[in-house]
Amino acid sequence: MKKTYAIDVDCANCAAKMEEATRRTEGVADCTVNFMTLKMTVTFQEGANPKEVMPHVLANCRKVEDDCSITF
Amino acid sequence: MTRKQKSVFIRILIAALLMAVLHFLPIDDVFNGWLAFVLYLIPYLCVGYDVLRKAYKGIRNRQPFDENFLMAVASLGAILLGRVRTGDYTEGAAVMLFYQIGELFQSYAVGKSRRNISALMDIRPDYANLLKEDGTVTRVDPDEVEIGQTVVVSPGEKIPMDGIILSGTSSLDTVALTGESVPRTVREGDAVLSGSINQSGVLHIRTTHDFSESTASKILDLVENASSQKSRSEQFITRFARIYTPAVCYAALALALIPPLVLYLTGQDPMVAEWITRALTFLVISCPCALVISIPLTFFAGIGGASSAGILIKGSNYFETLAHAGIVAFDKTGTMTEGVFEVAEIHHAAIPEKELLRLTALAESFSNHPISRSLQEAAGNPGDASLVTSTQEISGEGIRATVEGHDVLCGNEKLMARFSMEYAHCHSAGTVVHVAIDGQYCGHILIADRIKPTAREAIDALHAAGIRKTVMLTGDREAVAASVAHDLGIDAVQSELLPQEKVSAVETLLKEKQSAETLLFVGDGINDAPVLSRADIGIAMGALGSDAAIEAADVVLMDDNPCKIAKAIRIARKCMRIAYENIIFAIGVKLICLVLGALGLASMWIAIFADVGVMVLAVLNAIRALRVQN
Repeated sequence: MKKTYAIDVDCANCAAKMEEATRRTEGVADCTVNFMTLKMTVTFQEGANPKEVMPHVLANCRKVEDDCSITF
Repeated sequence: MTRKQKSVFIRILIAALLMAVLHFLPIDDVFNGWLAFVLYLIPYLCVGYDVLRKAYKGIRNRQPFDENFLMAVASLGAILLGRVRTGDYTEGAAVMLFYQIGELFQSYAVGKSRRNISALMDIRPDYANLLKEDGTVTRVDPDEVEIGQTVVVSPGEKIPMDGIILSGTSSLDTVALTGESVPRTVREGDAVLSGSINQSGVLHIRTTHDFSESTASKILDLVENASSQKSRSEQFITRFARIYTPAVCYAALALALIPPLVLYLTGQDPMVAEWITRALTFLVISCPCALVISIPLTFFAGIGGASSAGILIKGSNYFETLAHAGIVAFDKTGTMTEGVFEVAEIHHAAIPEKELLRLTALAESFSNHPISRSLQEAAGNPGDASLVTSTQEISGEGIRATVEGHDVLCGNEKLMARFSMEYAHCHSAGTVVHVAIDGQYCGHILIADRIKPTAREAIDALHAAGIRKTVMLTGDREAVAASVAHDLGIDAVQSELLPQEKVSAVETLLKEKQSAETLLFVGDGINDAPVLSRADIGIAMGALGSDAAIEAADVVLMDDNPCKIAKAIRIARKCMRIAYENIIFAIGVKLICLVLGALGLASMWIAIFADVGVMVLAVLNAIRALRVQN
């Protein structure tokens, strides 16, 4: 399953770090962060519930980039 | 400016003002310089506290190597160094101040180009006026309208979803969709696309697509997702930054430790403060922001600029492929020609040409064949169709009819042979309709697919852009294909190809291309999908409203003007040029400054330029990609 979320982040490098962090989150198969449109497309693993996975994604992103936000 | 940007801006102003005041205060020697130290910390912390906080959090989260860390270490180091050695704190505070100015500028520039691009793509309808069964009109969210319902669009409003006009005439502004500035006139029965703006009359439209399946939504989706497919140079920059930042941090550490140690061991003055200064300068110079921001920004701006010209590029990776185009192959019908048949010439007419055309059109008036329709169109108003009696259609050959008392035969060679008429062969390419009236051969009408008025210009532009070879692949007959190719100046032509043969023709071309160049295929997208995906890059044209084309192609031309092929290549080249300029410029300046810094020849001010100045210039250069010449 693929879902797109609006994000807020300050720099392109930070966006790349968020992408890395999201990919490493359990339940996420793949992720692309588009800094220019401030959007994050997350592909979830089979059977994963986005509602459960996304808080972990946000927590992991906060670890690498403190003042980022994801709207979900 | 956003609220965040405004607050940073105010902090920068306050800090700059404070620093200017402090500069003129005679505080250098008060309390052994401690007063100045404390006072300078005020502007420093005012402008840089968030950077310090982020750097601290980065260390805590074991992600230390980013630009916040670089800046925190460099500026704190410079201030502490000022305390122990020079008594000058301006440098440390200035590093932070200028870093924040650069960040503010970058965030402003990115936000601005983001808004510019959304303005270019301002096709998203906000509401729809739904006509209810009881005749009342309510304003609803476009998502709520179902297929088959009727919406009302007043002048000045956007058409919310694709549909067919039930009543009303108007002219539509489609510039945001196609880049074509001439308004399109529409009337009852015409299909209209969401995102076009109604200019004059009130239109009632029966919807044929959901909002989410409509053209406007699809295009927006495409553009917004375009920059997710990253180009090689973007990937290079990401990888580069990942290795580069830790590398320069360790290099700076080595610069601060090793030379003093060596000097000390060899019995000379270790000059610890001097080497630490050099290491800090080194850190400031090394900040990778210029690269990390300007390369994606270039491609983003390029995609935005291209879409404003009616060219949708599906990912920044395609810029590279487009820029290296060497062979352009294309389909004929619908790409170089209109795909619409029309009367081209009349030969050997025994009676006045107009009369010949009129009688033929009348004879064919009961047929719905494209050929017949082109005859009706050319004849204008041929006259009373009730004067046509006893129409007899001879399948695969033509028609025999009695028109205004005349016995009219019109059709191909076989029909003429069947009635043993002598006829003149036509040497031109196209479909020939031979006409005989009352047993007398009266000449023939040549019906041809019209070449697009811009086709010749398009081929010339491709050659001028350095395309080595243009090839036309068509299913049409050889004579027609050769004549079109000759008229347009196309280098090679392969005709009478079945769809699967087009794929193998493209494969042969792929084998013969040189290693550095790429093969483009341009088609109308409807039946060319396999070829579009087989070529290095597939361009679908006139694709507005055709889902298959938008799916299969890598680049979508919104209208059917073939000149846009060369334009897309030029835009791609410009984008690549800007990206490379930025990579070379930023890395070049930084390397030079790094060497100067290590040798002690670069001051902190040069370091600040190498960081912020280079970034500002690179961002300004990147924004150039947004501008597309017409």
